[in-house]
Amino acid sequence: MKIDFHHRQFAHCESGVTANLLNHHGLPCSEALAFGIGGGLFFGYVPFIKLNFLPLTTFRTGPGSIFKKATRRLGIEIKKQKFSSPAAAERELDRLLEAGQPVGAQTGVFWLPFFPPAYRFHFNGHNLVIIGKEGNDYLISDPIFEETVRCPAEDLRKARFAKGALAPKGKIYTIEKMPDQFDLPLAVESGIREVCRVMLKTPVPLAGVRGIRLLAKQMVKWPAKLGEKKTILHLGHIIRMQEEIGTGGGGFRFIYAAFLQEAAGILQNDKLVDLSQHCTEIGDLWRDFALIASRVCRGRAAVQDSFEDLADLLRQCATQEEILFNNLQTAISR
Amino acid sequence: MKKEDVPQQGDLNAGHSEVNYAVDRDGQYTLESSVGWEAKNIALRQAWEAIVDQLREVIAEIKAGQKSALAYHMVKSQMDPGLLAQYSGIARWRVKRHLKPVVFAKLDTTALTTYAELFNTSIEKLRMVPDEPDLSLAELDQTESNHS
Repeated sequence: MKIDFHHRQFAHCESGVTANLLNHHGLPCSEALAFGIGGGLFFGYVPFIKLNFLPLTTFRTGPGSIFKKATRRLGIEIKKQKFSSPAAAERELDRLLEAGQPVGAQTGVFWLPFFPPAYRFHFNGHNLVIIGKEGNDYLISDPIFEETVRCPAEDLRKARFAKGALAPKGKIYTIEKMPDQFDLPLAVESGIREVCRVMLKTPVPLAGVRGIRLLAKQMVKWPAKLGEKKTILHLGHIIRMQEEIGTGGGGFRFIYAAFLQEAAGILQNDKLVDLSQHCTEIGDLWRDFALIASRVCRGRAAVQDSFEDLADLLRQCATQEEILFNNLQTAISR
Repeated sequence: MKKEDVPQQGDLNAGHSEVNYAVDRDGQYTLESSVGWEAKNIALRQAWEAIVDQLREVIAEIKAGQKSALAYHMVKSQMDPGLLAQYSGIARWRVKRHLKPVVFAKLDTTALTTYAELFNTSIEKLRMVPDEPDLSLAELDQTESNHS
């Protein structure tokens, strides 16, 4: 049994899942639009939360929030379920598939056999859409893959009940009811406003533009504090958070620039075209950061000198993002 | 990023390509396929090399009689005692005891089966430790291709 589901490959799992599900339920939607309406862009540096023993650095909002916010802002009814029993989780999944409903699911990456082995880490915030079952295999539309994939039931069960940070607990979600009419401009504005707020006006110094500055400030101390080996691991971790499959490049800044370009048309606001260009330039700065950082990691650049350069680049990113989001706020205020 | 600058530097991607966002000549955003980028290949390799280092250390400890073979399988699956406890349903203090060679040698079949199933292996293989880390990541052994 296979639901007729149009699979499209995208950069990022959750915004891709959101776009593909909306599309299936009759609202043509790009990944960038889903990402922007869902207010996906963020920066956070939380040194006291560790991920694989390294400080949490993130370029996006928490798992689940893009789907939740994008659907809420569009007035779409959704249903989310979590389970304590894997058997019950599988029964409900099968029932929904039988009813012709594509099912969004949060999974761990480590147990998914269709992932290239080198990408399989304990990361539990992955999202995909289950679109059918044939024999013992589930058919899956995973937006970061070119084609739909198959996954044996046992492996999917392990992935849905992966343990550790962000444990998905069998979480699935479906679209229940689409509204008769969408207010797309309102949803787009609301998504933009949220990102401007979190990037500019967070009460804690760990998030938004202040988070980028904090990272710049702490980073220059790493070589003395951590020693070369650990410093390099810390740096590599940031590169991966910024560029590893799923960000579309430049820590989601390019996806967001694509969203602003699309938003310019939806809101009939030419100012957003220029702001989209600015956002692209900021993404390029982040790419420069990753490239220099990777050379340090590989031992092709002297560590201490390069850290001053890297911190400078981060401060530039912070300054430019502060300007961008201030201008963006002004551009959409009426 | 410009469309023509989308990097095509494959490494550990096993033939997988992903989507990058880039602008074309008219300044319009397009979705471009990319097999990888040098900067992130380096970071990904580095993460795996850290795991290989950890495995070498644990092999040495096992050979020296300080740790049980379970420690090797745990590290190979990128787990620590806390995560292994959650996955196996065996209490953390027991998992930690099972990492001692003496305790592990006397372990009953129930616990051994639980661990073996979790690591997709047999009880015999659970007791064995290779001389060199066997991550079954063929690409990792190859030196980076000529894209530096």
